Amino acid sequence: MSPSVPLQEMIRAIRSARTQCEERGVIQRECAAIRAQFRQADNGGRSHNLAKLLYVHMLGYPAHFGQMECVRMIASPRYSEKRVGYLGAMMLLDEKQDASLLITNSIKNDLAHSNQYVQSLALCTLACMGSAEMCRDLAPEIDRLLRASNSYIKKKAALCAVHIVRKVHELGELFAPAARSLLSEKNHGVLHGAVVLIIELCERNPETLERFRKTVPDLVQIMKGLVLSGYSPEHDVAGISDPFLQVRILRLLRILGRNNEGASDAMNDLLAQVATNTDSTKTVGNAVLYETVLTVLDIKSESGLRVLAVNILGRFLLNNDRNIRYIAMTSLQKIVGTDHNAVQRHRGTIVDCLKDQDASVKRRALELSLALVSASNIRSMMKELLLFLSSCPPELRAHAASGIFNAAERRVTPRRHTNVHVHLARAGGDVRDETVPNLIQLITNASELHCYTVHKLYRALLADISQQSLVQVACWCIGEYGDLLLRGDCQETEPVQVTEDDALDALETVLQSHMSSPATRGFALTATMKLSTRITDNVDRIRSIVSIYGSCIDVELQQRAVEYNALFKKYDHMRYAMKKSTCPTLQPSPAFGGTAPGPSVNTAGGDLLDLLGGLELTPLAPADPVPVYDKGGVTLTLSCEKQSDTGLTVTLTASNATDSDISSFTLQAAVPKVGLPLPPADASLLTMVVLNNPNKVNLKMRVRVSYTRLGSAFQDTVQIDSFPGLDAAGR
Amino acid sequence: MIKAILIFNNHGKPRLSKFYEHYSEDTEQQIIRETFHLVSKRDENVCNFLEGGMLIGGSDYRLIYRHYATLYFVFCVDSSESELGILDLIQVFVETLDKCFENVCELDLIFHVDKVHNILAEMVMGGMVLETNMNEIITQVDSQNKMEKSEQSP
Repeated sequence: MSPSVPLQEMIRAIRSARTQCEERGVIQRECAAIRAQFRQADNGGRSHNLAKLLYVHMLGYPAHFGQMECVRMIASPRYSEKRVGYLGAMMLLDEKQDASLLITNSIKNDLAHSNQYVQSLALCTLACMGSAEMCRDLAPEIDRLLRASNSYIKKKAALCAVHIVRKVHELGELFAPAARSLLSEKNHGVLHGAVVLIIELCERNPETLERFRKTVPDLVQIMKGLVLSGYSPEHDVAGISDPFLQVRILRLLRILGRNNEGASDAMNDLLAQVATNTDSTKTVGNAVLYETVLTVLDIKSESGLRVLAVNILGRFLLNNDRNIRYIAMTSLQKIVGTDHNAVQRHRGTIVDCLKDQDASVKRRALELSLALVSASNIRSMMKELLLFLSSCPPELRAHAASGIFNAAERRVTPRRHTNVHVHLARAGGDVRDETVPNLIQLITNASELHCYTVHKLYRALLADISQQSLVQVACWCIGEYGDLLLRGDCQETEPVQVTEDDALDALETVLQSHMSSPATRGFALTATMKLSTRITDNVDRIRSIVSIYGSCIDVELQQRAVEYNALFKKYDHMRYAMKKSTCPTLQPSPAFGGTAPGPSVNTAGGDLLDLLGGLELTPLAPADPVPVYDKGGVTLTLSCEKQSDTGLTVTLTASNATDSDISSFTLQAAVPKVGLPLPPADASLLTMVVLNNPNKVNLKMRVRVSYTRLGSAFQDTVQIDSFPGLDAAGR
Repeated sequence: MIKAILIFNNHGKPRLSKFYEHYSEDTEQQIIRETFHLVSKRDENVCNFLEGGMLIGGSDYRLIYRHYATLYFVFCVDSSESELGILDLIQVFVETLDKCFENVCELDLIFHVDKVHNILAEMVMGGMVLETNMNEIITQVDSQNKMEKSEQSP
């Protein structure tokens, strides 16, 4: 190969520059020299200069001043200059530049040149950067070349036609007849180009697709020739005759056979033949097999053939070559919706791929596994998926967690559901924010599992207190179901003796750990407080914990601690009302219209406990509502219903009979605290609380009503001593 | 359709960059850098397919690459190309370069980048695969070079 010496010298100079700055200097000098040379008249070294410029362009330096030079070079009669000129045009020009229009004429002339290589240069450039106008101008030329020239030009013209059709869709009609006739060529290059052109035409225009369906028999014939013919040295690649052409024809067959019975029938035999005869030990064979499988699955093939195809994919899954495994999983993903059972057969292999080292393969395996989860295999799949979650790369973790979450939601029993959620909570910050309230909600609903859940969470808490969501849920459970924990017996897990000290130790560890966020500490503190009603021996310890936090720096914690402390001192009799608790930060039910405030305590003091969880807005017809408050147009009625021997449902109904809006309506009771804005349009509001009264203490409730109306604030307190439905002793 | 063909070395220096869609110079360099970043992180025994970066194409595009000694050959393709077919095409490309340059090494590509462009132009045109037969490609490239030579020596 004749070296272009000046270019090489420049390259050497650039490479010898030791720093970026030096390199920039060399390049700037060279560019200046090139610019000067461009301005000069025609000299022998023009092509070298442009070549140098293109090298500089590849390295990333600006080279736009070479555009006009490209135009001039293209117009030159010398082949070497034309060549570099066209190369420059492809690299520096695009349809947005004005200079590109200037070369249209040159291209037109060169397309009719006597030398085929000049013609090919023009075709190549047109196919790379031809604008819509250029394409429209030159389309007839291309059509002419498609019909009457040698095979070298024909194949290039075919691909050029593809580009034209992409730019100007209407011209597809122009090329259809020529494309049809090209199918009878013998030259593989031309055939390949023709098939690409037909694919493009069919994808653009459904009518053309209809017409080309008639060519299916011809295509089948060509394929048969390729597959069954003996060894042909000029086309052989590792034992397969022109695999690139085979793959291309298979793709065209796929497009023609889609949604069409007749065409699909015509190719059934051929596809079966290719699938069984192709040697799958080399990559080229696998490429052809893969394309065959994709075609079979996409057309209306008979079921035997489909099974064969899925089996081939299954074999691919076991192949040593990772590439093959990866693409096999990609195709299985596409058909898992339609041929679910066939894919299920390979579930074992897919699950194994979850442990593969390659991240791309893992990702594919994860998506497939999630799609394959069904009622029958849920148990083992969940186990595998959770195992995967604990060891998967961080970028996949969020996707895996939500996938498992969705799969679990659809078809698990509550117990497994809880397990899954515990695992997800352990996955920590990667899971969505609603995990904590969702999990708490779930636990509340699954009442038969409370014992099991609290034991499991307690153990999890002992193991690891760094995952905030898990710790929060665990604290809440211990507070809520502490009695079940302390009782020790549980059918579903091994019994473990948990003493009151142990439980309090765990909670105290959370409180004191620097890893706990303020929200977590709040949970722990509340849980500690709740335990005071459930345990008997260590109330003093709880009292001391709570009073310590009365001077905590965190305002939130301090406020809580102070109030809990007050509970101990002044309102001891009401402490038992704390037993029934809430689920903080539930999603606001839409009927409220506003957001329910979080577990943070409200501004107007005297609050004790949030009861947001109890706010199901199932309108409970109040039994015998008793008015307890009526002032200024605002009325409050109360009704009770005994749920059980120790449980009582109290319903408070507030109504606004005035003619103006009431905002910031707050209802505070000795047990429940309800603080939420009364939506302006609503006239009444229903609130339900559940009181647990195992010791059958004399039940009293103090309710404070506060609201804003017409700009002024109102506040009032009401003491309820007798509850309808209960006798005077509150029983 | 092939969107881009890139060859760069183990340090990310571009040895060949051919884009079949127009990007500004800055974007082109960014694409090269991003692709290098994605591809160089890959282990030796993982599969040769990568989801593309943000800059070049979207979800439909894939990077198919092969690592030979000190060079990465990367083809950015969309779903209309068979992935295994492109892997084979890269192999054919490298074999052709080997034939044309006699035991091709990185230095050959550095100093004769225009020749490499000419060879590539016989294989891929306008983002589509043109010719895959190695002998055919080499025949054409040789004739063209002969023509150029005959012009130079009058």
